[in-house]
Amino acid sequence: MVSQTMFIPLFLPELTLAVTAVVVILLDLFLKQKLVLAVVSIAGLLVAAGMTLGMWSSSLPPVLIFFNTLAVDSFALFFKLLFLVIAALVILASADYVAKFRRFQGEYYALVLLSALGMMLMAATTELISIYLALELTSISLYILVGFLKDPKSTEASLKYLLLGAVASAVLLFGMALVFGFTGQTQLGDIAAAIQGMSLAGVLSSPGLIAGMVLMVAGFGFKIAAVPFHMWVPDVYEGAPTPITAYLSVASKAAGFAVILRVFYSAFGLPTWLSLDWGMLFAILAAVGMTVGNVIALPQTNIKRMLGYSSIAQAGYLMVGLATVGFASAGDIAGRSGLLFFLASYALTNLGAFIAIIAISNKLDSDLIQDYSGMAKRAPVLALALTLCLISLIGMPPAAGFMAKFYIFSGAVQNGLLWLVIIAVINSVISAYYYLRVVKVMWTGKPAARSKVPSSMALRVALAVSCLGVLALGIVPGFVMKLAEMAAQMFAF
Amino acid sequence: MDFNYLTTIIFLPALGAVIIAFIPGLSHRVIRWLSVIFTFIPLALSVYLFAIFDRASGAIQFEEKLSWIPAINAHYHLGVDGISLPLVILMALLGFLVVLISWKIDLRPREYFAWLLLLETSILGVFCSLDLLLFFLFWEIEVIPMYFLISIWGTGRKEYSAIKYVIYTLFGSAFMLAGILSLYFATGSLSMVDIAQGGMAMVQSVMPAAAIFWLLIIGFAVKLPVFPLHTWLPDAHTDAPTAVSVVLAGALLKMGGYGMIRVCVSIFPQVAQQFALILIVLAVVNVLYGAAITMRQTDLKRMIAYSSVSHMGYVLLGIFALGQVSLVGATMQMFSHGIITGLLFAMAGLVMHNSKERDLRKLGGLARQMPVIAVVFSVAGLASLGLPTTSGFAAEFLVFVGSFTSAAVAGIKLWTILGVLGIVITAGYILWMLQRVFYNSPQDKFNKVKDADILERVYMFVFVAVIMGVGIYPAILTDVIQAGVMPVMGLLGG
Repeated sequence: MVSQTMFIPLFLPELTLAVTAVVVILLDLFLKQKLVLAVVSIAGLLVAAGMTLGMWSSSLPPVLIFFNTLAVDSFALFFKLLFLVIAALVILASADYVAKFRRFQGEYYALVLLSALGMMLMAATTELISIYLALELTSISLYILVGFLKDPKSTEASLKYLLLGAVASAVLLFGMALVFGFTGQTQLGDIAAAIQGMSLAGVLSSPGLIAGMVLMVAGFGFKIAAVPFHMWVPDVYEGAPTPITAYLSVASKAAGFAVILRVFYSAFGLPTWLSLDWGMLFAILAAVGMTVGNVIALPQTNIKRMLGYSSIAQAGYLMVGLATVGFASAGDIAGRSGLLFFLASYALTNLGAFIAIIAISNKLDSDLIQDYSGMAKRAPVLALALTLCLISLIGMPPAAGFMAKFYIFSGAVQNGLLWLVIIAVINSVISAYYYLRVVKVMWTGKPAARSKVPSSMALRVALAVSCLGVLALGIVPGFVMKLAEMAAQMFAF
Repeated sequence: MDFNYLTTIIFLPALGAVIIAFIPGLSHRVIRWLSVIFTFIPLALSVYLFAIFDRASGAIQFEEKLSWIPAINAHYHLGVDGISLPLVILMALLGFLVVLISWKIDLRPREYFAWLLLLETSILGVFCSLDLLLFFLFWEIEVIPMYFLISIWGTGRKEYSAIKYVIYTLFGSAFMLAGILSLYFATGSLSMVDIAQGGMAMVQSVMPAAAIFWLLIIGFAVKLPVFPLHTWLPDAHTDAPTAVSVVLAGALLKMGGYGMIRVCVSIFPQVAQQFALILIVLAVVNVLYGAAITMRQTDLKRMIAYSSVSHMGYVLLGIFALGQVSLVGATMQMFSHGIITGLLFAMAGLVMHNSKERDLRKLGGLARQMPVIAVVFSVAGLASLGLPTTSGFAAEFLVFVGSFTSAAVAGIKLWTILGVLGIVITAGYILWMLQRVFYNSPQDKFNKVKDADILERVYMFVFVAVIMGVGIYPAILTDVIQAGVMPVMGLLGG
């Protein structure tokens, strides 16, 4: 038996993050200048990102560590990088916001770091119980962060998120228990082997296995805000501190997709009829999700709520990728790489949009779309950036959203899902209406006041990074697509 | 290495847009002159390309090809042939002229000219792209500047019209995207040239080519526009600022016709033949229904807008008659209509701007106050109804002769004759409009109305010179177009 301690170097990014979180809490006790906390957090994230990059470029073969519970493969590394970048941007965007709090600034940063740690583990774990633990680490940090404002709305949001999240966790756990009951395994690779070892009649005569799978879809569906598990989204998005809303909408969703992809592709990828089954399930969820999200987003008047429904619709587009994975043959990476690329571009786009919103709401103290009237005059750069991000969310060039949709849909068409793609592109047209409503208000409305809307240096840097990313992914996406393809190929289980 | 003419032509306006948008403190005057410079150079270059274009060769010329996104086999692939080159010149010319037409814009000029230049880049890009993804990218980018130009600088129900335009276009391009994806899946290639030359067998083996054909054509039909997808056009044209109406009617509609020739006919020649009759019937409906509605309009601009629906019917007729002469005629009609309607909108803009009136029932007798505008407006009107010695005659004549004699579609003779009736109605509404605007008894309220100033006379002269030049010596264009149509005919087996 190999000693498990030799794997610790492969676990360094996670350890770095955990240590940084503890350091931030301790520093908070002694330091008056709280901005240092943000700097330390970002430094920790960057160090971890550097280590992750180093592991990628050293191109070690995918390995399973810690008794086959944790995978170090390029799939996990891709997501780890994504979460680290997102967390860094969120912290950058939070700096002014958090400065308004009188207490608990250290805890805020530490919780962001801890939830990022949970998400990194979610993307890497290959064993049901570890998956559950990673999920809970993420969720509990986020429950607290959502309630951080302590005003009635924020508290309500937090409570709602906690209660519904706990139910979802219970459902997920029940599903896992059923899968374990019928296969006798918790490790994904072992589950796959057990299922492939069963005869067709054996699987059909054990409906509990299928039920377990469906319950797991429900549990994870809560995380990615898939319809019909989306009820928490608008209230939580509206009530949470805006940087946390941004964080929830991109990182938590991406982590959910990472887990689903790994579990379903690894454990339930074969036999083919099984993967066709869950592929169809995701295809239906996708069609329903994007339609419901887009249609309900139409009449929204609060921009955070609108983006909440928009994120439900975006989850629908992402599930087109999951459906593709279900329909594709095992060697076909189109669905997986499309999903990864979409997640990266969606993360940058939505973060950009929320950062612009944070900057605007810092001044206006309002999230109503009508208050954005004439923003192009009061803050031309913010308005331009928000416009770019909204255009990207519609899926129009030259922004990242266009390439992401093109890539993910082309995979779907290749696997016979043309009907789903047609539903998706028509949905994009519907979505144009509400995204452009914001653009219209900003550019053609009369400004409510003459005063400029300023933005701090930290926000500007964060906004510049995400907008440049959106443009780069929209115009020269080749490099990131290559990374996504590599990540989609390397799967350890 | 050769000079990258097409890249330069396409992206110079965008460069100008970036400079205008992001260099702070430019005065209005500097912004206008920068716009002139950044649109004149592409115009000069495109005319130069026209001069050195090899008319004997049907091949794609001035080609540029770079690998763009290896993961999906997409290339940055540009090139022009005899079909796209006239449209490139058309857009470059209109792009330059609309800067002059916009000279008096005072409202937020920095944003206005930036969007206008970006619009030119995207339309030029559509005409030069030979890669389907690149083509679609430019096709979609065009929507954004157009949305802002209509909704900020327009008149009337501008915001409604702008969003209606966007939704219609996106609706069409949603289907087009599905079509492009299917085509990419069926052939594994995004190159229009490669697919046209050898992709058909593969297409039919995987999924019905007819389905892909229809997915694609919906996108183009919205833009052309084809009845019943035309209802965005009158709203957008009417409420857009003058210069933008000129681009809309002059160059943007041609994206639809161009796409039909380049993608639908060239890639699916057999399918096009199979369904040609349906599209020809729609074309005749476009011509007659469009003309009939134009007759009933009381708003000067709206009337010209509807006349475009009618005239684009001729383009559709010429394309799907699938004859050599008719295709030349359709391309010629795209060019000619671009210039003529551009001038009509510019003149309508001047009349409206100077007299502060756009209702045909209240206008009248203006020939006395604005003789120059009256003459030029009449020239444009006569060209629009197809008077010989104007480009309108040359183009429509080719369309009718070509369609009538085309052997590709059964029963085309009857439909062509029905289409010719459109000319009669056109003559009716054009002459009636000129009469109502300029030649009734003079009205006192218009006594202080001014005629065109020097700058306006300059661009009028350019428009009229092109209309008459092409009308008197059509071969200057038809030689080039012929070179582009020959390979398409080869694909059609004719």
